[in-house]
Amino acid sequence: MIEASGLTKRYGNTLAVNNLSFSVATGKVTGFLGPNGAGKSTTMRMILGLDNPTAGEVRIGGKRYHDLKDPLRTVGALLDAKWVHPNRSARAHLMWMAKSNRIPASRVDEVLDVVGLTTVAGKRAGGFSLGMSQRLGIAGALLGDPEVLLFDEPVNGLDPEGILWIRKFMHRLADDGRTVFVSSHLLSEMALTASELVVIGKGQLIAQSSTEEFVARAAENTVKVRSPQLPVLREALVRASAQVTDAGEALIVSGMDSAKIGELAASANVVLHELSPQTGSLEQAFMQITGDSVEYHTGLEAEAQQALQPTAR
Amino acid sequence: MTLLAVERIKLFTTRSPWWCALIAIVLTAGFSALVAGAAPSTATIDVATTQFGYQFGVAVIMVLAALSVTTEYRFGTIRTTFQAVPGRTSVLIAKATVVALLSLVIGEIGAFGAWALGYAIRPSDALALDTSAEWINVAGVGVLFALAAVIAVAVGILIRHSAGAIALLLIYVLAVESLVQLIPTVGPKIHEWLPFNVAEKFLRGAGGAVQGPPPSDAVLSQGWSLAYFAGIAIVLLAVAIGVAKKRDA
Repeated sequence: MIEASGLTKRYGNTLAVNNLSFSVATGKVTGFLGPNGAGKSTTMRMILGLDNPTAGEVRIGGKRYHDLKDPLRTVGALLDAKWVHPNRSARAHLMWMAKSNRIPASRVDEVLDVVGLTTVAGKRAGGFSLGMSQRLGIAGALLGDPEVLLFDEPVNGLDPEGILWIRKFMHRLADDGRTVFVSSHLLSEMALTASELVVIGKGQLIAQSSTEEFVARAAENTVKVRSPQLPVLREALVRASAQVTDAGEALIVSGMDSAKIGELAASANVVLHELSPQTGSLEQAFMQITGDSVEYHTGLEAEAQQALQPTAR
Repeated sequence: MTLLAVERIKLFTTRSPWWCALIAIVLTAGFSALVAGAAPSTATIDVATTQFGYQFGVAVIMVLAALSVTTEYRFGTIRTTFQAVPGRTSVLIAKATVVALLSLVIGEIGAFGAWALGYAIRPSDALALDTSAEWINVAGVGVLFALAAVIAVAVGILIRHSAGAIALLLIYVLAVESLVQLIPTVGPKIHEWLPFNVAEKFLRGAGGAVQGPPPSDAVLSQGWSLAYFAGIAIVLLAVAIGVAKKRDA
């Protein structure tokens, strides 16, 4: 349904999106995953024809966005819930959008009802909470009853109730047979909402697969070993070409299962105090995969690593 | 037509255009009342005297017109607009048209209001509109407002920030044009061709107000003055639209 080919966007010297090609399947929720600054929003703006790509193109159902007639009837989007004039009422905001695409005014009240804003429709949008603004944005996206829906970080900053509402809402849209393309920087969130994933980092495609596949591949299994003879064990493991990371008084071994490590320890006459397979969390896995492609590094990764292994010390 | 309706909804569902319209009318008409009331009873005032308050009204109109664009950039609704209607040229022309029409109406109300106030305060002076020059002097104010609004919309599109666009427009209209005359030798020559000076020529022709500013020194005839001012407005708008099409929203 959405087909990006060789999409590139350059701002001065920085390459925000680099030769990105992916496709979004019809009738499914596809997650668009990447760390902050990976180029997700830029890509979304290019899909909607707001930013002009430096190279490449996006087609929606075979057409460029500019060639769509009454585009709100084909593609609904919520890129930023704050794109509303604060002194205009929610109804007036939807009214001009409806008018622009020849959508009957009665549809405005319908979508207000769907998102539960009927009672505040006449109030100025500037007084809305983030959750309400988000709902108004979604109402705008649904206005033209479009087949394709784009959401940019819809759960950002919402309270748990709001997050749950959005999550259920996405499922409902997919159940209606609509194509949903939703971006997020949280893999755990995407694992709950999306069945397909497009993963990018530093503007480049990292993976496109089903969510299950990605999670299985991402959550690489490691084994934690503790031993009083750590240096000897480490040497043996390295010789057997396993990847070894120090974690305090333990080693985290990847690329080798626990049985093999146990045998190796026995043959090297090393006493083991602990030999436990670890299933990585999604966050950890995501960081591993996108680790090299995070635009602005912080000490976060190390911090998360520590927080995730409180028993290591 | 659809796009005109869209821009009309957008313009009238916020408060600032209403306030600007009211202030523009009050300034344009109020100055007439002030001058007519303050002029000594021995002096006579003419139609032109009732009209020069437009210079303040036009400044407010330009604020209104610039804001109609810059607030859209400020609050991101311009992106929603371009998303709903990807053809940016037609959107921006529709916006300029709606703002210009509103300005025309405000200008006519202000100008005829000014004339009527003058007439009411000084019924003995010759204020009846009985020459075509006098008609142009009054009815032309709305036309001038409309074209000035187009210029302000164009500047708004180019600059995108409310403060910057308004500062530039106001400083230009209220100060730069008259200060240019102070440049030795070439100053007056340049001044003859500056748009708002030429627009003044369109309104009043060669005649000056009995009480008020001297006549414009523009060399064009009244008709060509209008064409020149309109041309500048249209060229500026075309340039602005060209830039907006290339730029990321």
